[in-house]
Amino acid sequence: MRARSRLTQSNLAGWSFALPGLALVAVFIILPFFVGIGLSLTNQRLISPNPAQFVGLENYRNLMGLSVLTIEPERDAAGAIVRDDAGAIEYPRVRTFTRNNPDYPHLQGMREWISWQSRENRVVLLASDVVFMKALVNTIIFVAVIVPVQGGLALVLALLINQRLPAITLFRAIYFMPVVISVVVVSILWRLIYDGDNGLLNNLLGLISFGLIPPIDWLGNPDTALGAIIGVSVWHSVGFHMVIWLAGLQTIPPSLYEAAAIEGASKWQTFRYVTWPGLRNTAVLVLIVITMQAFELFAKVDLMTKGGPLDSTQTIVFQAVERGFRTQDIATGSAISVIGFVLVLSISLTQRYLTRSRHE
Amino acid sequence: MATIQLKNLCKSFGDVEVIRNVDIEIGDGEFVVFVGPSGCGKSTLLRMIAGLEDITSGTMEIDGAVVNELPPRQRGVAMVFQNYAIFPHMTVRENIGFGLTIAGTPKKEKTRKVQEAAKILQMEHLLERRPSQLSGGQRQRVAIGRAIVRDPAVFLFDEPLSNLDAALRLDMRMELTKLHKQLGATMVYVTHDQVEAMTLADKVVVLRDGTVQQIGAPMELFRKPANLFVAGFIGSPPMNFLDVEISPVDAHTVTVRNEMLLPLKLPNPFGGEHIAAHGKLGVRPQYLRLSKDIAGSFLSGEITIVERLGSETLIDVTIADGSNVIAVIDESEQVAPGETVGLSFEIDRAVLFPAE
Ligand SMILES: Nc1ncnc2c1ncn2[C@@H]1O[C@H](COP(=O)(O)OP(=O)(O)O)[C@@H](O)[C@H]1O
Ligand SMILES: [Mg+2]
Repeated sequence: MRARSRLTQSNLAGWSFALPGLALVAVFIILPFFVGIGLSLTNQRLISPNPAQFVGLENYRNLMGLSVLTIEPERDAAGAIVRDDAGAIEYPRVRTFTRNNPDYPHLQGMREWISWQSRENRVVLLASDVVFMKALVNTIIFVAVIVPVQGGLALVLALLINQRLPAITLFRAIYFMPVVISVVVVSILWRLIYDGDNGLLNNLLGLISFGLIPPIDWLGNPDTALGAIIGVSVWHSVGFHMVIWLAGLQTIPPSLYEAAAIEGASKWQTFRYVTWPGLRNTAVLVLIVITMQAFELFAKVDLMTKGGPLDSTQTIVFQAVERGFRTQDIATGSAISVIGFVLVLSISLTQRYLTRSRHE
Repeated sequence: MATIQLKNLCKSFGDVEVIRNVDIEIGDGEFVVFVGPSGCGKSTLLRMIAGLEDITSGTMEIDGAVVNELPPRQRGVAMVFQNYAIFPHMTVRENIGFGLTIAGTPKKEKTRKVQEAAKILQMEHLLERRPSQLSGGQRQRVAIGRAIVRDPAVFLFDEPLSNLDAALRLDMRMELTKLHKQLGATMVYVTHDQVEAMTLADKVVVLRDGTVQQIGAPMELFRKPANLFVAGFIGSPPMNFLDVEISPVDAHTVTVRNEMLLPLKLPNPFGGEHIAAHGKLGVRPQYLRLSKDIAGSFLSGEITIVERLGSETLIDVTIADGSNVIAVIDESEQVAPGETVGLSFEIDRAVLFPAE
C-alpha cells in the first residue's frame, strides 16, 4: 500500500510538472487544430458582424475544384478553321464558357490554369482557385527539390566534417552558423545577395564569367524566384541536418570500418556497405524532418517575395496566412491549413511505410 | 603462405611510446600468440601488422617485402576482432561473403566458398540469419568465416574469445587449433590469457610495456622463463618465488640458501663472473612434491588452505618466514589444513633469477 501511495504521489508530482507544458500544447496546438477543422466547414470571416454558417465542404471545393475543357477552334461559315494574321488558330475565349454559360454550369467562375494544344483543339485545365493550385504545385516542387538536395548536401558535409583533420571544428562551426541566424536576418541578407542590379551573386557570377552572365533579378523573375528561395533554404538549414547526420555517423563502430578496410573495401564500397546501412535510421529521420519543414515554407517567402512574381513563389502556408489574416477569410485559410496537414500526414506516413525496417 | 618479420619496430601515440624495439620472426604456417597483461601493446602490434596503425619506426616485412606503407587490403591479411565487427545489417551469408563481394568474385564461386566456410564452421543452417539473431559464439564464427573465405595467407586474431563464456571458449580454442591444421595458414593471435597462449601457440611472444620479454615454444616458457616477469606471468597457479642468497662455487655452479631452505647447488644461470648476491628462486607449484620426511625436505611449513579441484589439489603452505608457497599435488593425497608438511623438488626444475 505504501509503495502504491508513493507511486501515485510521485505521479501527481509528475503531472503537475507536465501541466504547464500540456496546457500550452492544448491551447496553442490541439485546440487550434480542431477549431481550424471546424472553421474550414463554415463561411466565417476573421472580423464579421454576421454569424458564421455551416457550408460543408464548399471551401474545399472552391480551393480544389479542377476541370478540363476542350475548346474547338472557331470556324467560318464554310467550316474552315479561322486563323489570325500570324497563322495561329483562333479559339473562343475561355471566359465564354466560365461566365454565365448555361451549357457549362459546372465551370461557373473557374479560371484558366494551364492549357495546351491537342491537334487543332485547345485543352484547358481550369481551376476554381488558380493561386492556390500554384501554391500547391510550388510547395510540392519545393519539397521534391529540397529533400534530396538539402539531405544530400548535409550528408556530404557531415562526411567531410567527420574526419580527423586540423581545424575541423572550425568548419563544423561555420557550416552550422546559418542555423542559429534568425530567418528574418537570413532573408534580408539574401535579398541583398540576390539583388538584381548590384547583388553579390550577380557580381560574383559576372566576375567568374568575365561579364558573360548578365545580371539577373533573382527574386523578381518568375523563372528564378522559387529556385532562389530553395537556395536560401538549403543554405539556412543544411548545417542542422549535417549535425544530425554527424550524430548518426558517430554511432557506427570504428571497428566496422577497420573490418571493411581489411577486407579491401574502397572508399565508395565502404560508404555503400558500412556507412550508408549504418545511417538508415538517421536517413529516415532526416527525410521526414526536411519534408515537414519544407511544407511549412512561409517566412522566407513572406520576407523575400510575398508570393510573387506572378505567384511563382506562392506556397500553401503562405496562402493560408494570406487568406486567413490578410484578406480575413479565416474559413478558407483554415481549409488550406487542413489540406496542408493531410498532405504532410500522408507523405510522412508513406515515407515511414517505405522506409520501415524489414528485418527486425 | 607467408612469413612475417618485425624488425626493430616502434610505435608512439604522441609522446607515449607504446611499442619499443620489437623484433619478431614469424614462420610460414606458424601459430604465434602475443600474450601479456592488458595495455602492454599487443593489440597495437597486431594492428600494425594489419596496417590499421602506422609504424613509427622499424620495418615490417611480409614474405620478405617491406609493407610499412601498404594499406591493409594490400597486405593479404584477414583479421578477427574482439568485438567481432560483423555487419549488423547483413545476413550471415553476406557477412561471410563480404570480402568476395568487395573483390567482385562471381556469384557462383562466392556461393560455393561461403558454403565451404560455413561447413568448416558448422553454421550452414544459420546462413540466412542476421547477427542480432545469433549468440556470441555464433557471431564469432561469422567473423572467422569472413576471414577464412578469402583464403588469406595470414590470419590475425585480437582476443577473439574474450567475450565468450568459459565453456564456449574451450570449444572455440579447440576449433581454432583444428582450423589452423586444416588451413595451414600463418596465424597471429593476441590474448591476455596465458592459458590460451599455452594451448594454442606454436610460439609464444610475451610482451610487457611494449617490449618483448621472451619468445619461445609454450613448454620452453614454462620450463625456462627468461626473467621474473615471464616466470610469474606464464603458468597457473603462478610460480612460487623464494628470496635467496647466492654464493658461487665454481664457474658453473652456485649455492643458494635462505633460513627456510636447505642449501642447494644449482648450475650458474648467469654465466661467467657476474653472479648476483641476492636472487629469487622460482619453483612451479606443479613441480613441488609432498614429503613425509620434514627434516630432509627442501622446505617445510603448515598447510593453510586446501583446494580440491577434482583432478588435482592445490595446497597453500605457510613457511617459516611467513610467506606462502602453493603446490599442486595429486588428488589422492590426504592432507588437511593445520598439518605440517615438507616440500621438495627436482633441482633442475628450479629457476634462479637475480633479484630486481
Ligand atoms: N589510438 C590510441 N591513442 C593513444 N593511445 C593508445 C591508442 N591505442 C592504444 N593506446 C595505448 O597504447 C597502449 C597499448 O594498447 P593496446 O595495444 O590496446 O594494449 P593491449 O591490447 O595489450 O591491451 C595502452 O596504454 C593504450 O592506452
Ligand atoms: Mg587489446
